[in-house]
Formats: sequence, structure tokens, C-alpha cells
Amino acid sequence: MSPKKTYGSWGRYPAFPQQGHPIHWRENVAQALVDSAQRSPVLAYGCGRSYGDSCMAASDHVLLMGGMNRILSADWGTGLVVAEAGLTLAELTRVALPRGWFLNVTPGTKFVTLGGAVANDVHGKNHHVMGTFGRHVRSLTLHRTADGAVTVSPVERPELFAATVGGLGLSGVILTVELQLRPVTSSDIEQTSIRFGSLDEFFDLAAAYDRDNEYTVAWIDCMATGKKSGRGFYVIGNHAKEGELSAGPTDVVTFPVDPTVSLVNVFSLRAFNFLYYHSQFRRRSVRRVPYGQFFYPLDRVSMWNRMYGRAGFQQYQCVVPYTDGREVIRSMLSEISRSGTGSFLAVLKQCGALPSPGLMSFPLHGVSLALDFPQRAQINQRLFANLDALVHEAGGRLYPAKDAHMSAAHFQSAYPAWQRVEALRDPQLLSRFWQRVTR
Amino acid sequence: MTQGVLIVGATSGIAQALARRFAQRGARLFLVARDSANVQSVAADLRARGASAADVFVMDLNETERLDLMLKSAWQTLERVDFALVAHGTLPDAARASSDSAYLIQQFRTNAESVIVCLAGLARCFRSQGNGVLAVIGSVAGDRGRASNYAYGAAKAAVHAFASGLRAQLFRHGVHVVTIKPGFVATQMTAHLDLPARLTAQPDTVAARIESAMETRRNIVYAPGFWWLIMTIIRLLPEALFKRLKL
Repeated sequence: MSPKKTYGSWGRYPAFPQQGHPIHWRENVAQALVDSAQRSPVLAYGCGRSYGDSCMAASDHVLLMGGMNRILSADWGTGLVVAEAGLTLAELTRVALPRGWFLNVTPGTKFVTLGGAVANDVHGKNHHVMGTFGRHVRSLTLHRTADGAVTVSPVERPELFAATVGGLGLSGVILTVELQLRPVTSSDIEQTSIRFGSLDEFFDLAAAYDRDNEYTVAWIDCMATGKKSGRGFYVIGNHAKEGELSAGPTDVVTFPVDPTVSLVNVFSLRAFNFLYYHSQFRRRSVRRVPYGQFFYPLDRVSMWNRMYGRAGFQQYQCVVPYTDGREVIRSMLSEISRSGTGSFLAVLKQCGALPSPGLMSFPLHGVSLALDFPQRAQINQRLFANLDALVHEAGGRLYPAKDAHMSAAHFQSAYPAWQRVEALRDPQLLSRFWQRVTR
Repeated sequence: MTQGVLIVGATSGIAQALARRFAQRGARLFLVARDSANVQSVAADLRARGASAADVFVMDLNETERLDLMLKSAWQTLERVDFALVAHGTLPDAARASSDSAYLIQQFRTNAESVIVCLAGLARCFRSQGNGVLAVIGSVAGDRGRASNYAYGAAKAAVHAFASGLRAQLFRHGVHVVTIKPGFVATQMTAHLDLPARLTAQPDTVAARIESAMETRRNIVYAPGFWWLIMTIIRLLPEALFKRLKL
């Protein structure tokens, strides 16, 4: 027999293989926590799409929530759905979209569970108009070792609700999520893509278009230097008014090899970014695309994280407040291009001012930048230290769901409410991330 | 009229996956399982996914004296049963089964006796209805007793033989019997085992195969299909060689 299957995080760094304990029913959660008392503390694990160590338990034993994936009620008249926490956004969309309902907020992959979406208070390309995922959660039930199953909402035990939304799965094992969906009349997105030549142009485009368009995001060529620095595409999307309501094909290809070393290096990056930037001939291109192509382009390649090799990769995602966001982003981009490392997708997005109900939600009213870096200890340490200093000085912060490196000092100053979450943490639950940043 | 579907052992991983496929088509479902809270969750899920109805009957299939009541209730609720699946079962702990007689008897009772008694009851109802498809979950383990799990294999072999006879008998009454033989499937029944990843199927893969086997009235179906080749080879091995293998 092959060695027992273990579970990790999407970035494959740090590598702490997690032993999985499957949960199939809500009533099994209590017993699983009792069973784990000897090796405690554990953590609920959904799809493992967190990049760093926030989905890893301090004990390296996780509760696999994927089998707990039932929709417990769905009112297709109002779009209010109650489902178990292990249901993926992909599956919920497959059921809801043909009935004319879609997620209010979706991250860049549909392969996350409802529980994971709540615990990380995920956001999407419409953050500036819809805020985070947690804003659309009406209530939750969670299992806490001390209290058993409890229901929390903005009015019922509000402090516990606030500690659970963006609470990284520490306040209890999320059992069910009551979620408000939004009506749509088509499963297509009207997409406009505008090429820009500099960071200033990006900010001009964002100022002109963000207000009147639901989905906006920009891709930038982080390998470009000098006059070309900051060039990229600004992408706008809005739900089409009419058309088919189709959940679409679910065919995926799997990244076929698991190379020893990263296929992402300075040469492949230069070539990719150059080709991508020049792939659009016109400055402005308007198309109608299926929702999957717009929201989840990478989901079509299963296990794309393999392209970074066995050592894995780290995603660096930060948000900095508007005040001097432009200059901070400019400095960061020049640091990154000077380092000669970078990613296929450097993503820039303006986040809005809508507050999250969560205590530790990531987005700020400001600018968010995300890039992937192949895991190379020395380069990353030096580069990340420089970037961290810029982010910290600007009053910005890093995204725990993507993080494998942030210092305890930076975390604690960026998320001052962490102690309120710690106060409500279930002592049976602890992640490697939390252990690292609360020391 | 929408299809009527009866599922026995409705909280099992394969049964849930199959029920979701029928729910998506708007079927009316009647679910039988032991744990009330769990089967109610399954029923709610099926309704949300499009089932016209999902009714629940709570029973331990080992309590065969309640079988007739269950069948009566199913036919009353659904009026007509187009498809039935018998999916309940356990995976005995092989070591305990070899040392604990009471445990061995109890496991055999759950995986063989309660299944064939249920099949016999369903056969009576289907025969008077005059049509329908009855599927039962056997196992590749029932094809040959292997050293690692012959207690389970023996029970499944009994189910295979019973289903085979039933198929021949019901054939002339317009009722079809399908024997499903899954290999390794990632469900709650196998969650504690270290299954070889490449040979382990997801419940929905098996469910898709069951759905098409029921619709096209296949007789014996391995799920996934590659198990036919593996089991053909295993069945053809001479006993003198087979007993020396660690399978």
C-alpha cells in the first residue's frame, strides 16, 4: 500500500504534511474534537487553498470538512441558502446559477469551501462595491468545545460572529453558513480589457471606471523596468443582462508533471509577461465571456501550483491605504523588478471602503497588490523584508490566507483586534500561522 | 410523471452521490437509513438540489421485522418505484472478525442477511408492480475471498449469488436487477484506511456508473470499469498461487 495521503497548503511552503481526519456529519465534529484531545490542537481544513500555514494545524492533524457538503435549505425565491461548511463555491454555483442565483462575492478560485470563505473573509474583483464575503453571511453555526453547537450572527452573539468572520477557523469549527445570494439574469460577463502603459495610467483608469463597474482588476507586468514599468491591463466586468443561465462545463486539465525545480524563472517570466502584454492588439477590447473564464481562469488547470516545483512558492499579497498608496506600490514594483523574480500574475486591485463584519478581515480602503514567487529562501527573505517595511510604514498589511512569512510584530500592529480573536479562540483549535504570529 | 426512487442505506457515500443525480433530474425520493438526523440532512440537501420530494424512513436494516412496513410506506409515498438501490453496509475490521465470533456474525448479518432479505422484499413489490430497476451494491471483494478481508468478501459473495438468481427470476416479470461491484471508493466507510490513491474512486464517479447501468439495464457492472480487468485476472489465478499472494 502507498503511504498515507497527507494534506498541505496551496503554496506547498512551508511543508508540514497534515494528517487528515474526515468529517462527514455535523454531529461528528464534537467527537472528533474529543478524539483529538490527546494530540490537540487541531484545525478544520477545507480545500487547502490557503497558500501558507494558516490552513495547517499546530498538531499537524486536521479535520477534513469536504464530506460535510449538504445544502440544508435553499429558497430559490429569495436566494437565501443554508449549507454545511464543507460545500465548495463550485458546487453551490453549479446548483444555484441555473436557478438564476450567483455569489455576491467570489474569490479567484471556486475551489474553496464556504467555511474557508468565511474563515478568511475572502474578497473578489467587486470589493469596491460589495465588500467582503462576510458581509453576505446572515448567520453561522459553529461547534465550540466549551459550548457545543452555537448560532452566531451580527445580532446573536455578535462578538463571536465578528471573531469568526476572517477569524481563520480558530473560534470554533464552522458547521453551517447562511448565505445571501444575488439574482443574475445571465451566466455571462461583459468584459472590457484596457491596456495601460504606466502605474499612473492605472490609477486614472481606476478613478474613471471603478465607480460604475462591478468587477475591476488589473494585471501588471512586474518584469518591465524603466519607462515600461507598471504597464498592464485593466479589466472591467459586469453581469450580462440577458442570455443563458448555465453553470458551464466543468472540464479541467491537470498540470501533468510535478517538476523537481520551478518552471517559473526569470526567462519564462520575461517571455510570458512580454507575450501576455502584447497578446491584445488593440488598446481596448470588449468581449462577452462565460463567468468561469472571467472569475476563475486558473481553475481550468488543476494543480497549477505544481509549476513552481517541489519547493513550492509564496504569494505576497498586501493592501496599503489610499493616502500614499500610489507611491508605495511604485516603490514595491521597483523593488520587485530589481530582484529579477516575480510572477505570471501580478494583480492590482482597488479595495473599497465598505467595512467587513469581521475583526481581522484583510482588505482596507486602498490598493491591493498580489504576486507569486517561487520559493527560494534567500531571495525571498531579502525581498520580502524590504516589501514588508514599505507596507508596514504605509500602514498597510499582509493577507494571512496567503502568508508564510509575516513577522509577529507586523501582524500584531496590522491586526490590532487579534487579541479579541485570541480571547474567543477555542483552545482545541490552533493553526501553525496563529502560533507563529501571536508569539 | 417524475421518477420514483427508493434508496436503502441513503446516508452512505455512494448512495448520497447517486441520490443527488436523481434529485437534479427532479425525481421523488424515498430514503431509508438508521440515523434520523443524518438522513434528514440528506433529504434537505436533495430537495435543495431539485428533488420533487424527499421522504425519510428511519430504520436499522437489521430489524427485518420492520421491512414490510418500510416497503409499504415507500410504495404508498412514491406510488410507483422506478429505481431502487440497496446500498447499506459496513466494512468489518478483519482482525476482529477473525477473533470475535459475535462480531463476525453481526457483520455478516448486516452485509449479507439484511441485504438479501431487503432484496427479497423489494422483489415482491416490484413483481406486483410489473416493472422497475433494482440495483444492489456488491463489491469486488465478493469476487474472491482474499486474505485481507474475506469476512466482508464472503458477505458480498452471498449478495452477488442472491442477486444473480433474483435477476433471472424477475427478468420474466419485467423487473431488472443490477449488481454493482465497486472497487476502492473514498467514503466514510473507508475513511480510516490507507487506500492506494490511483485506484481509489470518488463516490460520484461510482454513482455516475450506477445511474447509467440502471438506465441501460446492465446486469453486472464494475465501478470504475477497470476493476473488471483486475478482478478477471484475480479470479483466474490458480488457488495454489493465489493463496501465496498478499492481497
